[in-house]
Amino acid sequence: MKYFKYIFLLLVFVYACKKSEDVQQQAETFLGFQSPKNFPAPVYNLANNPITKEGFELGRKLFYDVRLSRNNTISCGSCHIQSSAFTQHGHDVSHGIEDRLGTRNSPPIMNLAWSKAFMWGGGIFDLDLQPINPITAHEEMDESLANVLTKLQSSSTYKNQFKAAFGTDEINTARLMKALSQFMLMCISSNSKYDKVMRKEANASFTSTELAGYEIFKEKCGSCHKEPLFTDGEFRNNGLAPSAINDKGLYGATLISSDKYKFKVPSLRNLKYTAPFMHDGRFLTLDAVFQHYSAEVQPTENLDPLLNRNGVRGISITADEKNKLTAFLNTLNDEDFINNKTLAEQ
Amino acid sequence: MKRTNFIIVAFLIILTACSKKADITPDFEEQNLAPLSVEFDNIVGGRTLTFNNTAVPYTNAKGESFTISLVQYFISNIEVTTTSGQKYTVKQDSSYFLIKGSDKATRFAKVKVPEGDYSQVSFIVGVDSLRSTMPIDKRTGVLDPAANGDHDSGGMYWGWNSGYIFFRFEGNSNVVSNDQLGDPTGKKQFKYHIGFFGGYEVKTINNIRKVTIDLTTAGIAKVRKDRQSNIHLFVDLMKVFNGKNTISIQQNPNVMFGDFSSSVADNFTGLFTHDHTEN
Repeated sequence: MKYFKYIFLLLVFVYACKKSEDVQQQAETFLGFQSPKNFPAPVYNLANNPITKEGFELGRKLFYDVRLSRNNTISCGSCHIQSSAFTQHGHDVSHGIEDRLGTRNSPPIMNLAWSKAFMWGGGIFDLDLQPINPITAHEEMDESLANVLTKLQSSSTYKNQFKAAFGTDEINTARLMKALSQFMLMCISSNSKYDKVMRKEANASFTSTELAGYEIFKEKCGSCHKEPLFTDGEFRNNGLAPSAINDKGLYGATLISSDKYKFKVPSLRNLKYTAPFMHDGRFLTLDAVFQHYSAEVQPTENLDPLLNRNGVRGISITADEKNKLTAFLNTLNDEDFINNKTLAEQ
Repeated sequence: MKRTNFIIVAFLIILTACSKKADITPDFEEQNLAPLSVEFDNIVGGRTLTFNNTAVPYTNAKGESFTISLVQYFISNIEVTTTSGQKYTVKQDSSYFLIKGSDKATRFAKVKVPEGDYSQVSFIVGVDSLRSTMPIDKRTGVLDPAANGDHDSGGMYWGWNSGYIFFRFEGNSNVVSNDQLGDPTGKKQFKYHIGFFGGYEVKTINNIRKVTIDLTTAGIAKVRKDRQSNIHLFVDLMKVFNGKNTISIQQNPNVMFGDFSSSVADNFTGLFTHDHTEN
């Protein structure tokens, strides 16, 4: 009888321990925004929108919610698919509501905390204002913000989630945008082989081909596709022939003639998942991109000076260099990112 | 006699007291706030504003007949100057107004300024560049991108090129062509959506216009706590076409995000005239 008492007490302790472990585990699963060690300081003002578990989960629900479109058919996730590093695989230009086609390639939702400008052709400089564009664009979600708010306000689930994230159940523009930002900011791709090598994790190292490719990359590509984000965030004209619709890029937003044909420099991370390439998805393969830079750069207005040095257009790339570069670029693919369950529709 | 004298003196004292009370200008104290309104009364040349009056349309300087279907604009950053030269800027957070031609209730910009006699009022047509780049939390009320409807129904926010439409003016005219340059839907619509605050990082078109109006001729504003002083302005929409720049609807049926938008914005300052002040 005496022993039973001890056994009972012991069981109570074991149970108590287990419980506290569970709680600890739950608390640990959401780590909030963590800037990777090999990344610079974020551009986004996190102090104005601190990322919480509740805010992130609300943002994720909104990101995958078709109610953001006029006829409740498409969500942000329709054109930004995680398995394609949040692009729309197989589409040169985005495919929106009622099969309407946009004019540009769906860009990845990736490392946006380090982005100072949004959209291929600029015009938006604050992540918290970005979703207004796809929600209201005729060929994307074709909905009004006011209607989205009305739809969300009629849902008690959303009311509860907004309350959990922001303190009260009020659903307004700022909260909607901030929640979406919280989800998008957490879409961080920083676990490629390249990152592990840079962080000297678990003896990660490049093969000799990858290393040779890295050296070529630094010499011939790295000034625009700047490490570690693999974009300098600038707008440049990389010498593409003007498209059939004569998309003038940044000029459309600024009307400054020196901005004609400039587009945002895309990151080279996750190229394995994000084809087709360029602002209008004109190149289906990486080989086609190499072909462009080595032989097809056009002398269009405002061609980037880096692509026109000493009277020679483009970048000379030999077949051997191309293979090495490809090997290096493959080290930028981040399987953890496209398989991260916390970023998936729940 | 003595009694009469006393009455006269008393009467005089009362009189001076009365006139003193009416005439004295209160000391200018920034904390001593009282109500002032600026009324934006939309007119079209010599006529009142009537929407879609196809029976008797308006005619601009180019001889083009037109009707108006929508007019709305932002008025912000109101400043007043007293007769003795003291300037007061209305608190930023209370200084943004959307005047909608279709909603008479919106024609007043109601603000609080220190008690005083004011001989000048100035404001911005549009939304200043600082507010145009502020975080989403600061964009409340008329500045909420979700307010005022979507782009087809009176919205005043450009989602694709973050910024506000300062002045939105739409109507119909038979001179509008049916092709892409005019109105391909065949409805003969003209649309003037004037925005652009000057850009985030690089300098782009800046269509913000400051309007300064002298009140001395038509009546200064005597702002006191116990009454509502109202500066009644006429906003002559005809001047959108017949201003510093003479604008043809036929040649410019759609003015939005192009360089020409500045030519329309240059006409803004001429729209506003002071008719009278109700004190």
